[in-house]
Amino acid sequence: MNGTGFLTIYWRDMLRFVRFKTLLFSSLVQPALWLAFFGIAMSANFSRLSAGLPAIPGVTVVGYLTFMAAGVIALTTLFTSLFGGIVILFDKNWGMMREVMASPLPREHIIIGIALSGMTKSFIQVLIITAFGLLIGVGFFPGYSPGQAVLAFLGVLLFCGVFSLGFVFLSSAIAVSLESPEGLQGIITLLSLPLFFVSNALYPISAFPPVLQELSWGNPLTHLVNGVRYFAIGPDFQVIGVRYVTSPEDLAVSLGFLSAFALATFGLAWWRFHEAVVT
Amino acid sequence: MDGVSFHVVDGEVFSLLGPNGAGKSTVINVLTTLLPLQEGHVTLAGCDLATQPACVRRSIGIVFQEVTLDRDMTCREILDFHGRLYRMDKRERQSRTGELLSLVELDEWADTLTKHLSGGMKRRLEIARGLMTRPRILFLDEPTIGLDPQTRRKIWDYIRNVNREGTTIVLTTHYMDEADRLSNRISIMDRGRIIVTGEGWELKNRLGQDLIYLETSDDTRAGEVLSKAPGVESVQGKAHGLLAMVREDGTHLLPALMADLQGAGIRVQTVNLKKPSLEDVFLYYTGRDLRDGGVGNEKRAAIHPVGR
Repeated sequence: MNGTGFLTIYWRDMLRFVRFKTLLFSSLVQPALWLAFFGIAMSANFSRLSAGLPAIPGVTVVGYLTFMAAGVIALTTLFTSLFGGIVILFDKNWGMMREVMASPLPREHIIIGIALSGMTKSFIQVLIITAFGLLIGVGFFPGYSPGQAVLAFLGVLLFCGVFSLGFVFLSSAIAVSLESPEGLQGIITLLSLPLFFVSNALYPISAFPPVLQELSWGNPLTHLVNGVRYFAIGPDFQVIGVRYVTSPEDLAVSLGFLSAFALATFGLAWWRFHEAVVT
Repeated sequence: MDGVSFHVVDGEVFSLLGPNGAGKSTVINVLTTLLPLQEGHVTLAGCDLATQPACVRRSIGIVFQEVTLDRDMTCREILDFHGRLYRMDKRERQSRTGELLSLVELDEWADTLTKHLSGGMKRRLEIARGLMTRPRILFLDEPTIGLDPQTRRKIWDYIRNVNREGTTIVLTTHYMDEADRLSNRISIMDRGRIIVTGEGWELKNRLGQDLIYLETSDDTRAGEVLSKAPGVESVQGKAHGLLAMVREDGTHLLPALMADLQGAGIRVQTVNLKKPSLEDVFLYYTGRDLRDGGVGNEKRAAIHPVGR
């Protein structure tokens, strides 16, 4: 029984998402702002700096804005997912979690329901960034037919989805173990900064010191960005003088890495929820 | 929690009465599977609490002490969500929601967000939610805490109606009148223990039929005289006087007792006759005032039996 119980949790979380108008509005506008201000400012700088660099012959040249738009998709997915579990903390503090914990609903359904709603929110944001990006001159899906572009976008969503599940699981595991929202805020900041900077989201990692390069390989964000760029920009391109080649094998490794990460964090969340005492 | 043992009869209203901090909510949390049972054995609606928590969860409804409603959901959504958690099908959820909203007289508010409801309305909605799945047992943790007298009476009416329709009710309260009016049987709890269990009248009768409170010129001797008088069950010393529990109708016995005291040369300064209340029962068994909550060791020291 209870095969679709997680849909109940999903339904309520989405209901709240559309009902909190300010939250809804800010979560939709914020990624566009990132792209508009940070993206355009940075891309102006990088274009100036890289103007004198010789282009690698025979490789498609991609503007920095396009390059970093993929990074903004990845970062937005990261933040939305990391905050995805905070609802569990609020439910715990306001007593609402008791209703669920005292019901026959198996606890993994809470984890899955919350993760799916976090994933949905990420998808909506990815869609907005992509649409807004295309509008301001991001060169996604170069020369693709509409059909190919849709398929490529589904590929982007696949990577974002698996990545998002992993981080909402992680966030839920932390949230159910904590007492106060302030604590979660602190932990999220602590987690997100290194994830953010030790990745290829905003700049190439080829110039990193070797240790950071190693670390960035173990960073799920790097693998997400790989996937997003593969689908949205292409398997072989150059940006500010650096060549990016992603083979189908590299893509499979990245997807495998993200899947393993999601499984591991699901296990962690499962354990934390079965240990949790909510009164 | 130690030595808490009681049984609830199918179809009755059972109260756990005790001051704040007595452990009532902990008992409820254990019985509703929110806290693990560390020792002992509990059977609820035929399910073993320790080994079949899912079975227990399907058989019970709970109204928590604090408001546990999502502020941004409507009354209807609150009930619908609860029904979904318990896998009720859509048609049943809809008919049950309508039924319950009219039972607790919230029809007109069905599509109002709960943050716009008054305290009493929230409680009523929570009771409706507790009943959504037609539980065999409904747990109510301090159902009328913080409500005005009119709303309390209304809530009591709902509870009685629900019980009349066959739901067993287990409630905790620190209000004596609530326990007294609603329950078939009462367990008095204090400091994590159950002190005494019985029907309301039964508990009160243990203290005798009436209570006579006296202040005299010589309480010690007065106590001796009263203990020997026929009809007197027992005598307790108080901070400023004596409390006699009597077996007979106090209005008839009192003149005789006064005469006895006068005969012994003791002057009576004050006298007060009353029927025992649950509060007196609590006081008698714990030596503390129900309202005092956790404190009151001084009072305990002030009460000392002075013979029978």
